[in-house]
Amino acid sequence: MKKSVCLYFQVHQPTRLRQYRFFDIGKDSHYYDDFSNRTILKRVAQKCYLPMNQLLLEAIKKSKGKFKLAFSISGSAFEQFDRYAPEVLDSFRALAETGKVEFLCETYYHSLASLASPAEFAHQVEKHRNTVREALGVEPVAFRNTELIYSDAIARQVYELGFKTMLTEGARHIMGWKSPDYVYTAESQPKLKLLLRNYRLSDDLAFRFQDSGWSEWPLTAEKFLGWLKESEGDIINLFMDYETFGEHQGVESGIFDFMRALPAMLISDGSLEFTTPSQAARGIKPVASLGVHDPISWADEERDLSAWLGNELQQEAYSKLYGLTEKLGIIDDPQLWSDFGHLQESDHLYYMCTKFFSDGEIHKRFSPYDTPYEAFINYMNVLSDFIIRTNYAEQQN
Amino acid sequence: MKVLMFGWEFPPHIAGGLGTACEGIVNGLAHNGVETLFVMPKASGDEDQSCTTIINASDIEVRDVSSTVEEFINRVKFLYVDSNLVPYVDPDEYFTAIERLKAEGLSRTEIGFGQKFSFSGKYGANLMEEVSRYAQVGGTIAMQYKDSFDLIHAHDWLTYLAGIAAKELTGKPLVVHVHATSYDRGDEKHIDSRVLDIEKRGMLAADKVVTVSDLTRNIVINKYGIDPAKVVTVHNAVDFSGREDISIERGVKDKVVTFLGRITFQKGPEYFIEAAAKVLKRTSNVRFVMAGSGDMMNRCIRQVARLGISDRFHFTGFLRGRQVQEMFALSDVYIMPSVSEPFGISPLEAMRTGVPSIISHQSGAAEVLKYALKVDFWDVDALADDIYALVTYPALTAFASKQGYDEVNRLKWNGATAKLKKVYESAL
Repeated sequence: MKKSVCLYFQVHQPTRLRQYRFFDIGKDSHYYDDFSNRTILKRVAQKCYLPMNQLLLEAIKKSKGKFKLAFSISGSAFEQFDRYAPEVLDSFRALAETGKVEFLCETYYHSLASLASPAEFAHQVEKHRNTVREALGVEPVAFRNTELIYSDAIARQVYELGFKTMLTEGARHIMGWKSPDYVYTAESQPKLKLLLRNYRLSDDLAFRFQDSGWSEWPLTAEKFLGWLKESEGDIINLFMDYETFGEHQGVESGIFDFMRALPAMLISDGSLEFTTPSQAARGIKPVASLGVHDPISWADEERDLSAWLGNELQQEAYSKLYGLTEKLGIIDDPQLWSDFGHLQESDHLYYMCTKFFSDGEIHKRFSPYDTPYEAFINYMNVLSDFIIRTNYAEQQN
Repeated sequence: MKVLMFGWEFPPHIAGGLGTACEGIVNGLAHNGVETLFVMPKASGDEDQSCTTIINASDIEVRDVSSTVEEFINRVKFLYVDSNLVPYVDPDEYFTAIERLKAEGLSRTEIGFGQKFSFSGKYGANLMEEVSRYAQVGGTIAMQYKDSFDLIHAHDWLTYLAGIAAKELTGKPLVVHVHATSYDRGDEKHIDSRVLDIEKRGMLAADKVVTVSDLTRNIVINKYGIDPAKVVTVHNAVDFSGREDISIERGVKDKVVTFLGRITFQKGPEYFIEAAAKVLKRTSNVRFVMAGSGDMMNRCIRQVARLGISDRFHFTGFLRGRQVQEMFALSDVYIMPSVSEPFGISPLEAMRTGVPSIISHQSGAAEVLKYALKVDFWDVDALADDIYALVTYPALTAFASKQGYDEVNRLKWNGATAKLKKVYESAL
C-alpha cells in the first residue's frame, strides 16, 4: 500500500471586539470591531483565500482527481465570508463540488466548549454541521476540535455526536517513542480513529518556510517531497492554518509556487498518494490506541491548554463566561445566543496569554491588543454588559 | 510686595498638579495685593498673565552673566550633569511625562555661554541637566530683575537651585514651597539621593519653608531635620471657577465606587481592591472602577482576577480632560486610600461634583476635609464598612454629598494665599 499524505487546512477568523470602555457598559451592546473585521477579512481573502482556492482547484483538475485535501471553516469565518466576501464562499463551494475536498466539522464558534459544557459543545457542533451542509452542500463526517484540543473525555463525546474520525496533535509528551505517522484509535472509544499532526513537517511549511535563517531555507518542493518519502509510517498528516499561504508566509516567499509544484510532483513520483481524513480512517489500519488524560492541543511549545487558560486572567474570564451557560439555557433570545457564541471564541482568551517568552512573539503577532492586560480589561467590560443583558432577560422570563 | 517666583510649569500646558497649584497661588496673591514675576523653564505664550508676569527662562541669554553668577556657578559644581538620571516630581507626573515623551521623542540641548538654553520644561531623561541649567538662568534673571522684587519663592525641588542662586546673588529672602517630598515618591530604599540632596539644600537655604499639609510639615521637620520654627503649613485650595457641570447618562444601575489616580504603591490601590472584594460579599448592587494607569496596574488586574470579581471591578485606563469629569459624574462614592499623600486634590474634585469621598488619614487633604469619611489606608475593613454604608444608606450619602460640596467650595486660594502673604512678611 502506498504511503498517504493528508493535507488539512484550518480556516478561521475571529470576531474581534471593538474598544469597549467602562463607560459603554449598560449603554451600547454592539461589541464588535466591524471595521477591522471587514478590513482584515478582505485583505486575507485577496492574499490567501481567493488565490489559494484557485490554485488548489486547478491542481485538483489537473491531477484528474488524485490530488485531494481537507478543510475546516469556523462558523465565525463563514459569517464573515457571508457578510464581507461572498466570493470566497463561492470558491470553497467550487472546491466542494470537485468531490475531492473533505470539509470537517468543529465547534461553530471556535470555542473551548468541549472543556466547559457538554451541552454547549453538542449545540455548537450541531450548528456547525448544519452550516457546512447549507453553505457547501456536503455532510461533514470527520471532526477537528478548536485548536486540535483533544482528550479521552472529548473523544467519547465526539463519537457520540456521530463522528468516526478525529484529528489532533501528535504531541511529543503524549506520543513518546510512537510516531504520529500512523492511524491510532482513542483509548476511551476504540471506534474513533485518530489522525495525528506531524508537527515537524507541518511547521516546516507553516512557520519556517520563509525564515532565511533556517538551515534548510529555501525549501523547494523537491526537497520537501524527499522528506515525505523518507518517513517510515503509513500516513503523513500536514495540518496547518490556511492563512499560512499568502498571509503568514507572504507571496514573495514562494509559498504559492511551492504549492503549485508539490501536488503534481508527488503524484508523478508515484511512491506517495494524497488522501483525506475520512478516507485514511477507512483505509488504513490503526496500529495502537492512545490515552490522553489531560487535554492536548496544537498550540505553543507546551501543546496543552496554557495558551488559553494558562493564567489567572484567562481562568477568570473563562469561568465568568461559562458561568452563564445555565442561565442562558432557559432564555430564548437569538441575539444573546449569538453574542454568547462570539464571546466564546478562543481567540479572546488567546489575546490574554502572558507567556511572553518563546511563544509570546506569536501571540503578539495575532493580537489586536498591545498587552494581555488590555485584552482582559476590554473583554471583561464587554462581558459585564453581556451579564447585565442576560440577567435582565432572565428576569423578563 | 513683589515676589520672584520660580515654577516648573503653568497652565494650560501641565503634566501634573504643580502647575495648577501655582496658578491658584499667583491668582490668590494678586487678590491679596501681592505682585508676582513667575519664572518657568519653557513658557508657551498662551498662559493667563492677568495676575502675574511670566518670564520664560528659555528666552534668557546667559551672555551677560555677571562675575558673581559665574562665581556662584563655580560653587555649585555639584550640579554635574548625568543624562541617564531620571528623577521626577512624583510617580504620577513621572508616568504621564514618560508617556508624553514617548509620543514626542526626546531632545537634548547643549548650552554654552552667550547662548539661550531651550528648556523642554518637562520631566524627561535630561531633567537633572535642566534643573541645573535652570539654576544658572534663574540666577541671571534674578540679577536682571533685582530691583523689581522683594522676595523669592521656589516651588518644589526642581526650582530650589534657581531659588538658592537668586538668593545668593541678590541677598533677598527665600521661601521654598514643598508640594511633595522624596519620601512620598517611593519607599526609602529607592529614594534618589541627588534629588534628596537638592531638597535638603533648598530647605536649609530657605528663610521659610511652606508645606502643603501638616503631614508634609512633619516629614520636613523629622526626615530633613529642618527647624520647626521656620516651617509653616499652608493648605492647598482649589479653584473651581469656570468649571461647568457635566451631566452624563449612566449605563449601569448599580452604585459606582471610584478610585481615580495613578495606580502606584503610594496611592494604595490594592487596599481599594481588597475592600471591594469585601463589599461584594455583602451586596451585589455595586461596581468598582479603577481609573488611571501606573506601574501597579497589571498587578492590580491580576489581583482582581484572582479574587474573581472582574465582572464587577472595571479598569478604564488613563483618563484625560473631560473623561475625568465624566468619571466623577458617574460615581457615587470616591476613594483615595493613599499610603502617603502630601495633599491630594482629587477628593476635592469629587466632592465638588457632589460625590461623597472616603480618604486615608495619611493624606494632607484629611486635615482640611471635615465631611470626607476617613480611614487608615491599611484598615481594609473600615474602608469596606464606609463604602457599604455610603452605597446602602441614602441619608448618609445625601448628607456627605451636600456638606462636602459646600465644604470644598469654601476652600479658596484667596484664603490660603492670605496666609502665605503672612509667611512672606515674616521672612522680610
